[in-house]
Amino acid sequence: MSKTKTKPVLEVRNLSTCFKTDQGVVTAIDDVSFDLYPGETLGIVGESGCGKTVTSKSIMRLLPEHLSFQKPESRVMYGGLNLAAATEAEMRTVRGDKIAMIFQEPMTSLNPVFKIGAQLEEALSYHTDLDRKARRQRAIDMLRQVEMPEPERRVDEYPHQLSGGMRQRVMIAMALCCEPEVLIADEPTTALDVTIQAQILDLMEGLKNKFNTAIMLITHDLGVVAQICDRVMVMYAGRVIEVASVRDLFHNPQHPYTQALLRSIPKSGGRQKGERLPTIKGIVPSLFNLPPGCRFQDRCEYREERCVRDEPLLEQHGNRSYRCHLPLGGAQ
Amino acid sequence: MSSSTDILQVKDLEMHFPVRGGILNRVQSKVHALNGVSFSLKKGEVLGVVGESGCGKSTLGKCLIRLHSPTAGSILFEGEELTGLSHGELMPYRKRIQMIFQDPYSSLNPRMTVRQALREVALFHQVPTPFGMNAYIEELVQRVGLRVDAVDKFPHEFSGGQRQRIGIARALACNPDVLVADEPVSALDVSIQAQVLNLLMDLKDEFGLTLVFVSHDLKVIEHFCDRVLVMYLGNVVEELSCDDLHKNAAHPYTKALLGANPINDPDDRRPLIVLQGDVPSPFVLPPGCAFAGRCPVAEAKCHTDRPRLERKSVDHPVSCWLVD
Ligand SMILES: Nc1ncnc2c1ncn2[C@@H]1O[C@H](COP(=O)(O)OP(=O)(O)OP(=O)(O)O)[C@@H](O)[C@H]1O
Ligand SMILES: Nc1ncnc2c1ncn2[C@@H]1O[C@H](COP(=O)(O)OP(=O)(O)OP(=O)(O)O)[C@@H](O)[C@H]1O
Ligand SMILES: [Mg+2]
Ligand SMILES: [Mg+2]
Repeated sequence: MSKTKTKPVLEVRNLSTCFKTDQGVVTAIDDVSFDLYPGETLGIVGESGCGKTVTSKSIMRLLPEHLSFQKPESRVMYGGLNLAAATEAEMRTVRGDKIAMIFQEPMTSLNPVFKIGAQLEEALSYHTDLDRKARRQRAIDMLRQVEMPEPERRVDEYPHQLSGGMRQRVMIAMALCCEPEVLIADEPTTALDVTIQAQILDLMEGLKNKFNTAIMLITHDLGVVAQICDRVMVMYAGRVIEVASVRDLFHNPQHPYTQALLRSIPKSGGRQKGERLPTIKGIVPSLFNLPPGCRFQDRCEYREERCVRDEPLLEQHGNRSYRCHLPLGGAQ
Repeated sequence: MSSSTDILQVKDLEMHFPVRGGILNRVQSKVHALNGVSFSLKKGEVLGVVGESGCGKSTLGKCLIRLHSPTAGSILFEGEELTGLSHGELMPYRKRIQMIFQDPYSSLNPRMTVRQALREVALFHQVPTPFGMNAYIEELVQRVGLRVDAVDKFPHEFSGGQRQRIGIARALACNPDVLVADEPVSALDVSIQAQVLNLLMDLKDEFGLTLVFVSHDLKVIEHFCDRVLVMYLGNVVEELSCDDLHKNAAHPYTKALLGANPINDPDDRRPLIVLQGDVPSPFVLPPGCAFAGRCPVAEAKCHTDRPRLERKSVDHPVSCWLVD
């Protein structure tokens, strides 16, 4: 792909984030490294709890500092600035304006006591020099773009008066209004029906085409990944375990976890009544008690002795990488 | 359609939210969240609910568990009318009809560990725990695919999907007969999703659990549900069996949903089908069909006259002028 020759807009290196909990310190994401290129959509998938949200919030430095810390070797390079070591003042110039984020649970980031119009207008006041009246108009326009019915009325409503999907769209409008260089979208369309989802994905594509925005798309919907991502990064228990182009990943997964994940997709049509869905047997290891070898070993049908002993490294093979002693191989 | 074996019969359910404003904070208009929804459910049946964001799915669920008092209509649970009951009179039903909420974050108490939250539910509803409370709680947590050590954590220590599963465990904690599940698996990866669906399927087979299952994922609906209600702007526009969803779908909105469902194959990329036209307002209902503004096949009549939900064939009501 020619894209890989251009310079990445975001370079994440050895990013590790730890939480201080009552039971001790846990490393929620461990040595995460990847590049994000301008104009590409990088999908991030993986089992619930594997560290997707923590990765994005670490990049944005949005995790509470009294409860969490990044290991010193962590680096997040954006335009010559290491976000992992940047000051809060530097971060404020980046957040929202250059790198925007759509959060997984809208209620955690919308303020329940302010009308949604006021919240959008506040974002606009940071990132544009529109006057009051223009900001309100812009807020209404943004709501219309995300298919909010009756945006003129909705600007004056509070978050609790909106449906789940409407709240999600307010978040999306907020992230898009600043035309960011990098958009981190954490499950942006889970609460939306597929017709509105198509509209939102179309808006994101538009952003990409117009401003060459790089998009990190976190989603559990592998259909969405197949349809709109260029590359995909798979995570498992805090580790990156595979990165490949979307076609290589779907047609020729190398890591057994990736393969198992793809096999769990419910098939459309050909339904057998009451048939049980395939799952990945077993359970992720506890972050407090990680095995010495591969983190997927307990659940892997191909496990050998060295998988139990040594954790494989994330190694580059051509234009893809994976972390496995016994990659599945097959036609490349 | 309704018969004596129905565990739940909903008829002409309406829910309108007043919108206040101005300096006197008077009611200025209302949101028509539900405009006459009817359906019935047999014991052990799984009814899917799909529909546009904002069409009233969560409101329907909250009316069924009587978190909202519907503006009009009736909800019969085993023949007993629930709509007029007082708080006290509702008590015996609360335990039997439970809901998994769409937004787990705002429905969990941030200051309670999982153990405390589940214990509270079990005690409140006096659930028998023959092997002790702790064993009961640990069993529940494991059934939703979490590790036992999750029980002593607080909600903020979990990922989005882990929190969702705590919401599921809480709804199951009092062994309900009817479970309203509002997007229960949308925050979960496909493998955990399959695990939760298998669990619900087991509960259905073992205990005859009846489910109202709200989801945007038609693949999941198709796999898991017996029938599906398709809603648009507070109305049911089609109700059909899931056995042959693709073949039998008749309403243009149902067809649009099926057509926009992303396919799991990067070699089969399709242009995003974006419906043209404005989303209708729930404040002032349009005179004709609510979907007409975005419908690819709408005719003049669709914009002026509202179609009724009519039986097109056995057990297949559709509300559309152009379907016969
Ligand atoms: N504040 C916290 N304190 C302790 N542990 C935490 C905290 N926040 C997250 N974690 C843990 O970090 C891990 C990664 O969480 P994260 O939210 O990144 O998962 P995720 O991949 O986004 O999952 P999902 O798909 O369910 O949203 C989880 O195991 C979670 O329990
Ligand atoms: N407490 C409330 N006060 C005022 N309006 C409300 C309230 N709750 C819901 N509404 C309105 O009722 C309508 C239906 O909302 P509901 O949450 O039921 O939609 P939904 O079908 O669940 O959508 P989604 O798929 O986005 O979750 C929306 O127009 C919403 O704004
Ligand atoms: Mg997450
Ligand atoms: Mg809802």
